Amino acid sequence: MAMKFEKTGEGTYMLDVCGYVCPHPQIYTKKSLEKMGEGDVVEVIMDNPSSAETIQQMCDQAGHDILDKKHEDGKIIMKIEKG
Amino acid sequence: METIDKVSAKTNNKVGLGSTDKRSLFWVFFILGLLILTSLVYAQADRYYMYLVVYMWFGLTYGMMLQYGRFCMASASRDLFAAGVPRMAVGIMVALVFFSLVQAILHATDMSTFTPAPFGIHMPIAGMIFGIGMVLAGGCASGTLYKVGEGNGTSFLALLGICFGQAIFAIAGGPLRSLLPQSWIESSAAKGLPPEMVNSWFDVYLTGYVWNQPTIQISKTKFIENTFPGASAYFVGDALLNAIIPAILLLTLIYIAVVRKGFIKKIKKAKGSSSLRDDLAGFWSMITASKRTTIMGVLIGITAGLHIWVLAGMQKKFAISNFGELLTRMGHAGDVSIRGTVFDPGYWYITTQEAQFAAWIMEKFGIDMRSNVFFGVVNGIPELWRNPALWMSIGIIFGAAIIALINKEFKLKLPKGELIALGIIGGLLMGMGSRPSLGCNIGAFFIRAAGGDPNGWLYLLGMAAGAFVGVKWLNWYTERKMEKQMQAFDI
Repeated sequence: MAMKFEKTGEGTYMLDVCGYVCPHPQIYTKKSLEKMGEGDVVEVIMDNPSSAETIQQMCDQAGHDILDKKHEDGKIIMKIEKG
Repeated sequence: METIDKVSAKTNNKVGLGSTDKRSLFWVFFILGLLILTSLVYAQADRYYMYLVVYMWFGLTYGMMLQYGRFCMASASRDLFAAGVPRMAVGIMVALVFFSLVQAILHATDMSTFTPAPFGIHMPIAGMIFGIGMVLAGGCASGTLYKVGEGNGTSFLALLGICFGQAIFAIAGGPLRSLLPQSWIESSAAKGLPPEMVNSWFDVYLTGYVWNQPTIQISKTKFIENTFPGASAYFVGDALLNAIIPAILLLTLIYIAVVRKGFIKKIKKAKGSSSLRDDLAGFWSMITASKRTTIMGVLIGITAGLHIWVLAGMQKKFAISNFGELLTRMGHAGDVSIRGTVFDPGYWYITTQEAQFAAWIMEKFGIDMRSNVFFGVVNGIPELWRNPALWMSIGIIFGAAIIALINKEFKLKLPKGELIALGIIGGLLMGMGSRPSLGCNIGAFFIRAAGGDPNGWLYLLGMAAGAFVGVKWLNWYTERKMEKQMQAFDI
């Protein structure tokens, strides 16, 4: 298992941290957002519910927008726009 | 400041029983049915077993609340350092405040099972080892249990690490014994325990050092007893001075260090200036940013108090101070220590029961697990189905599974790659870090800080320092992995 951080298009990225427990998903999400430009969007795929909670607050505090959040087959998919 | 609950409301899929699929619902009712049946079997076997059943159902309640509130104490310090998020630290402090008030009421009415622990430098040292372990494993002791209930394989490995880490740590001798100070060895020998029971280095540490340390409970100090006579000593000394004021100070520090800058920036952008009133609003927004965690904090605090109240009531009813007495009455003398006791904390506590679980297994492999102080003299090794606190841990796992199933968050996740090593090493470190302090983040910090024992804060200090070190290492490690991934494209 390995985390995946991929560029999926111009200004769009995908971060797959399925299988990882705290604090890996939030650390990888924070690092991805730090490296992206303002307005870029990353789709974070994870299956650790408590990380999703932390990421939401992290985005709220840092001014990033959560464009979408859904549950699919035990996975949580969040679309975040860097603010 | 838009709270994350509002964001959730906008973006979340609907969750709850109505949207739970039939298969998950079947497992929810299966678990509940199994626990009800188990309770009935125990009730039928002997009324004394209701003591175990109380632990089991309180465990289930903790598990439900921990999973729903994402209540992992590890993340209190870890998320602060790793992501700058105070959600969990807030939840814990809220739980602590409420629990301390309930504890004070219980003390005042002589319905408490709480006792302070020996005070000393061993607390922050043990806390630091535990803190590193919980960051690597991805959860504290109770967090690991509730994540096992979510189907998380890494947490299961961490749990095994906690179990065997403690058991091995408690019986290890050999070269470790030669490092012990002579004064500990002499003091241990003077305790009058059977020499054949004092073998491991931990036996000597426990009897020659820990048992010599003073215990402190703020309400029992001369100043508080003289200034606040009667029951008010518990409310002022234990709850206010040892829990509520430190909790508010810590929250204020977190607000200033983590939240204030961003919040005031938004206020100034909107109004042009900010005042003390805005800071108070910012502080409150931090408390309410994750309502589910904060509300669970309140409920966990109250439930932990109720747990003590019920067990204290049962102890009075059965005229006992330890479940070992009931086991002996029922003819299970082989379960108890030479003192006739088993591990029976009387409140929310994790780790020692996991050590007993590992010791029970190791004994089946022919290892002598009883010729030592930890198991042989104090905690005993009851059969698994007669271990009261172990039922609490099982309850936590099942409780978390129920909520995870209802909210479509249950998923069996086999540990892979580096998480196997991190889970095991983290678990072992948590096991080793919970023994010298006679408890983990629950028993050593939460229960003690709320009960008027300043030891709890010493443990938190060490745990936070350990979490800081663990997060620094994880930051370095994850940065390397990110760089490898980013070699494939420009960003």
